[in-house]
Amino acid sequence: MSAVATLPTVKATINGLAVEVPAGTSILDAARRAAVKIPTLCKHKDLLATAACGLCVVRNKGGPRLLRACCTPLEAGMEIVTHDHEIVDVRRSTLELILSNHPADCLNCGRNGECELQAIAADFNLRQDGIKRYVKDVPPDKSTGSIILEFEKCIKCGRCIQVCQEMQDVWALSFLERGINTRMAPAGDIALADSPCVKCGQCSAHCPTGAIVENDETAAVWEALHDKEKVCVVQIAPSVRVTIGEAFGLPPGTNLTKKLYTALRRLGFHAVFDTNFSADLTIVEEATEFIQRFVHKRGPLPLITSCCPAWTDFMEKNHWDFIDNFSTAKSPQQMLGVLAKTYYPEKAGLDPAKLCVVSIMPCTAKKYELSRTEEMYASGHKDVDICLTTRELARMLKQSGIDFLNLDDGTPDSILGEYTGAGTIFGATGGVMEAALRTAYHYATGQKLGKVDFESVRGLDGVKTAEVDVAGTKVRVAVAHGLGHVSAVLEQVRQARNAGKETPYHFIEVMACPGGCIGGGGQPYGIDNERRRLRAAGLYQDDRDKAVRCSHENPEVLRLYADFLGKPNGAKAHELLHTRYTARPLYKR
Amino acid sequence: MKPLTLQDLAVLAAQPSPAAAAFIRVQLDTGGIAAGAEETLAAFRDALAAANLAIPVQRVGSHGRSWADPVVEISAAGLPPILYGSVKTEVVPQIVAAHLQSRRLIDDHVIADARGAAAINAPVTHLLVRDTGAGEGKTEFFQFSFAEELKRRGFAEQVQTVRALDLGVYDEGVAVTLLPSGVTYTNVLAPDVARIVEQSVGARQVLDDLLWKKADPQVRIVLRNCGTVDPEELQDYLHRAQGYQGLRAALAKTPEQVIEEMKASGLRGRGGAGFPTWLKWNNTRIQKAEPRYIICNGDEGDPGAFMDRSVLESDPHSVLEGLMIGGYAIGAAVGYFYIRAEYPKAVERVERAIVQAREAGLLGTNILGTGFSFDAKIRLGAGAFVCGEETALIASIEGKRGSPSPRPPYPSVRGLWGQPTAINNVETLANIPAILQRGGAWYAGYGTETSKGTKVFAVTGKVKYAQLVEVPMGTTLRTIVFDVCGGVLEDKDIKAVQTGGPSGGVIPDKHLDTPIAYETLQQLGSIMGSGGMIVMDTTDSMVDVAKFFLKFCVDESCGKCAPCRIGGYQMLQVLDRISRGRGNAEDIAALRRICQAMQKASLCGLGQTAPNPVLSTLRYFDDEYKAYLEGGPSYARKMARAAAGGAEPARAAAPATATAD
Repeated sequence: MSAVATLPTVKATINGLAVEVPAGTSILDAARRAAVKIPTLCKHKDLLATAACGLCVVRNKGGPRLLRACCTPLEAGMEIVTHDHEIVDVRRSTLELILSNHPADCLNCGRNGECELQAIAADFNLRQDGIKRYVKDVPPDKSTGSIILEFEKCIKCGRCIQVCQEMQDVWALSFLERGINTRMAPAGDIALADSPCVKCGQCSAHCPTGAIVENDETAAVWEALHDKEKVCVVQIAPSVRVTIGEAFGLPPGTNLTKKLYTALRRLGFHAVFDTNFSADLTIVEEATEFIQRFVHKRGPLPLITSCCPAWTDFMEKNHWDFIDNFSTAKSPQQMLGVLAKTYYPEKAGLDPAKLCVVSIMPCTAKKYELSRTEEMYASGHKDVDICLTTRELARMLKQSGIDFLNLDDGTPDSILGEYTGAGTIFGATGGVMEAALRTAYHYATGQKLGKVDFESVRGLDGVKTAEVDVAGTKVRVAVAHGLGHVSAVLEQVRQARNAGKETPYHFIEVMACPGGCIGGGGQPYGIDNERRRLRAAGLYQDDRDKAVRCSHENPEVLRLYADFLGKPNGAKAHELLHTRYTARPLYKR
Repeated sequence: MKPLTLQDLAVLAAQPSPAAAAFIRVQLDTGGIAAGAEETLAAFRDALAAANLAIPVQRVGSHGRSWADPVVEISAAGLPPILYGSVKTEVVPQIVAAHLQSRRLIDDHVIADARGAAAINAPVTHLLVRDTGAGEGKTEFFQFSFAEELKRRGFAEQVQTVRALDLGVYDEGVAVTLLPSGVTYTNVLAPDVARIVEQSVGARQVLDDLLWKKADPQVRIVLRNCGTVDPEELQDYLHRAQGYQGLRAALAKTPEQVIEEMKASGLRGRGGAGFPTWLKWNNTRIQKAEPRYIICNGDEGDPGAFMDRSVLESDPHSVLEGLMIGGYAIGAAVGYFYIRAEYPKAVERVERAIVQAREAGLLGTNILGTGFSFDAKIRLGAGAFVCGEETALIASIEGKRGSPSPRPPYPSVRGLWGQPTAINNVETLANIPAILQRGGAWYAGYGTETSKGTKVFAVTGKVKYAQLVEVPMGTTLRTIVFDVCGGVLEDKDIKAVQTGGPSGGVIPDKHLDTPIAYETLQQLGSIMGSGGMIVMDTTDSMVDVAKFFLKFCVDESCGKCAPCRIGGYQMLQVLDRISRGRGNAEDIAALRRICQAMQKASLCGLGQTAPNPVLSTLRYFDDEYKAYLEGGPSYARKMARAAAGGAEPARAAAPATATAD
């Protein structure tokens, strides 16, 4: 008998409809199963109920009090009523109270048209301000350049704080003060840039309103595109191709790679590159590094992936004792950037000073990465000039008059554009590990892998571990996503190290966001595990559809080494494609 | 120190308390100290040394008579124990010279309780005289009359006539208490003077027509040791207060039997919600998870309430003993005292109690050789009212922001550090040793059908004698205000009594004869709460009262949930508008609407009950709101004055002045 079948269930009714759900299911979730929608502004599927908004109140027949559906488990025999005169009245009053503490600034808001509060206000058919407005005038925090905190728009649902503290273990955001003065802010009331914030942007992806938004840089991109002196080129990250469709009403996971190529050319980009290409390049560099350490014992194990900038920031702030374990290979965004300003202008006969490299990323931390260290200027210029999130690109496309969904398929530029199945799965948790194993296997054994799929590192479990046989040696790997899952893995390694024992893992992949980049902080709104699964499935389908599925077999990558870079991990590769890390203990003033 | 054993406690239980030798007990709680009790204590030591008298000066907690601080009890010179009030340092030499050296009492300081004594068994030594009627002007005249009469009949040498500070009867004309018997006569008229001296002083006969027969409405169970035991001395508690005999009784039972005893007592939580204590313990006990915890909730925060502070300061061992019994019953090895940091004296005394209990082997492993192990720790609250709410309190102990969490899970299932936890209020715990010692049935003998035992109230506001009162459940509000606390200040008419603190409601004059119980107060739109009771007279504006209490809740809202955070603030804006005469007809509807949202949709008790002062004033004083809407504040005051039928000078007084500390 399966574990699911043995779970005790409870039977009850919701609005007279019989429901049977596993014991412990909240009334809210049970109602969803019965196709009954209960409004809420604070409960998010990713998070535990905090019971902050007060909109989800329901009644158990005969009970004197209203219950909060989000945090009250359905009990056997309950007769839940979700909508009656009083309940709707209470909800409406509560909603009016929330709105009375929120600026009526919808038309100028980053969430206009995509705001949960706006949607609920529309559902309740509110026509006038019932209660006098009181909004404290607090200037926004724009200190990070990645995320903007629009304090005035905050409805204190607490999602961002739960995300920051519990899901991501970052502890940058907290509630300050109390009563009507309660506000979300960086802990200690300092600037977000001085806080432990790693710019992952999960707060912005979970915020129901426009209180936390990405730093919108579309204006700068328009400016560059319209500048006749400039030559604009663009790269798109692996995960963006399967999420951008959501902004245009398509189901999550729809692969729009080829339409994106066309759309970006129509926007006015001189060349369209694919970050998947540089993902392949990253794998070649990283797998070479791994073989150096694992086979030739040069350098410490485990090797830890470093392509997620929120993760490197988190490591530098919290786990700097692992600096030597970090892969020095730059992230695909930066590798493509440096090549777009060295190799590409050399080939195309352009002046690198006139190039403007734009990247389309699923991520707010990628904005921070652009100027993370001096190595991000390896070309002699800023390697990537502007980074846009998926959400920003969607807005640009909507402004541009391009009928995105009806475009013909396009192709990337042949240089820095070709990619393999290994490059595309970078966008899902476990993807980097899988891609690296495909190449490392080849480097270690000289043989071609029969089956390239490493199913054990896929999926949404917070920490995934596996043992992979490489030429008779077991390689122990761990994959963690969501920063909240990282410390446990690192602690295992640390304990073994301190005890002088063999490391429990040889290779560790970490992605800051749950699900990896497909769940990134800059992706279209509405994230939950269902979406993560569908988006990841889109990438794995792209991988299967590719004839070439191993990075080291990417013909353009091979040509790039032959033409320009020399050997993987060679002198030129090191100069252009690698970086360094520094310990940055928290709150150091 | 050798650890105590069960045998030691059995011996102590069998020994009668040593007869009260001569003593001077100075009541040193925060209130007393603020009034100068420490200086008084030093002054006694100095004066006794100067007079070469060897009478021990003891430190005790407070009886509860805050209005009379500093209070000193003296048993010496063959006189019965005499309570003195308002003993400033300058009074001390007088007391030493008169009381200790010549068995004479001094005027205007003696406090007596009319306790219904009905026989005169010893020669009368003192007549305590006080005019308890309005104006109180006839005290001196009757003192003179009695003195003259005593002189005339030749008793002047044996009997002294003293003007009393308080005789425990109010609005009963001139009252006279005869010492040492305590027989009290009330409504004494001039012709009675000769009769009293002749028959009662001369022939030791009780004059039945004048005799005050009402028993003291107070029953002291929680406060049983307050003001008599040294709160800083475990030995005093052990020897004079049957200390830790409740624990001994509990350890002789199984935990289940202890819970049964609690069930028999009918004790319900004294923190406000009135949840049956036995059930809370049982719910915690039946959990499989270990360890379990018990917490003493000492986060008293209602304006005007000081019961818990006084008990912690005056009798910390009783609370500790209650905590240990609870720990034994639920299977906890660690208990926490959560006390607000604004109560430094309480913290200090509880700390000392814990240290002394550890030294005596009453805390630690294998307590009294029974195999029961328990230790207690103190955690300080930073003064947030909402941290009195159980889940917020737990968050605070865990070092997190003190905001409530959804329930269920209840703390009895998942509480402190995620473990089963029972949280009991200070007063609840102070009851427990007495219940275990004397039995649940004895306790259940007090109170009403649904609300058993006694309840301590802190009566403040426009009341003559602001103090702690402990009465059986079922006593009426009128009894408390008029028979125990002497009625309304300046003899004005009473308008209402606010119970339950800021989460409670006002109960108007016409309902003051309702017997107090959890349910009856709720029906009147108020709550029991932790026992704050604020008296208001006819000059108090009910809109201002509502505003005052609401302001408190708005300030103290943790800000977590929208209905409470925004609703309270917005309601306050509306009330403020009304109170300034800028309100309009829709405002009342808006108030009611926000009240409904707060009551129904707030997460914790603070938000759910914060509208109570507004709703109850709307319910009982609708006319006042209307007057404010019609003509603004001065018009409303005029109307209220007319309604009260008096020509009282108008004074819009919020009970901000009413807080006792």
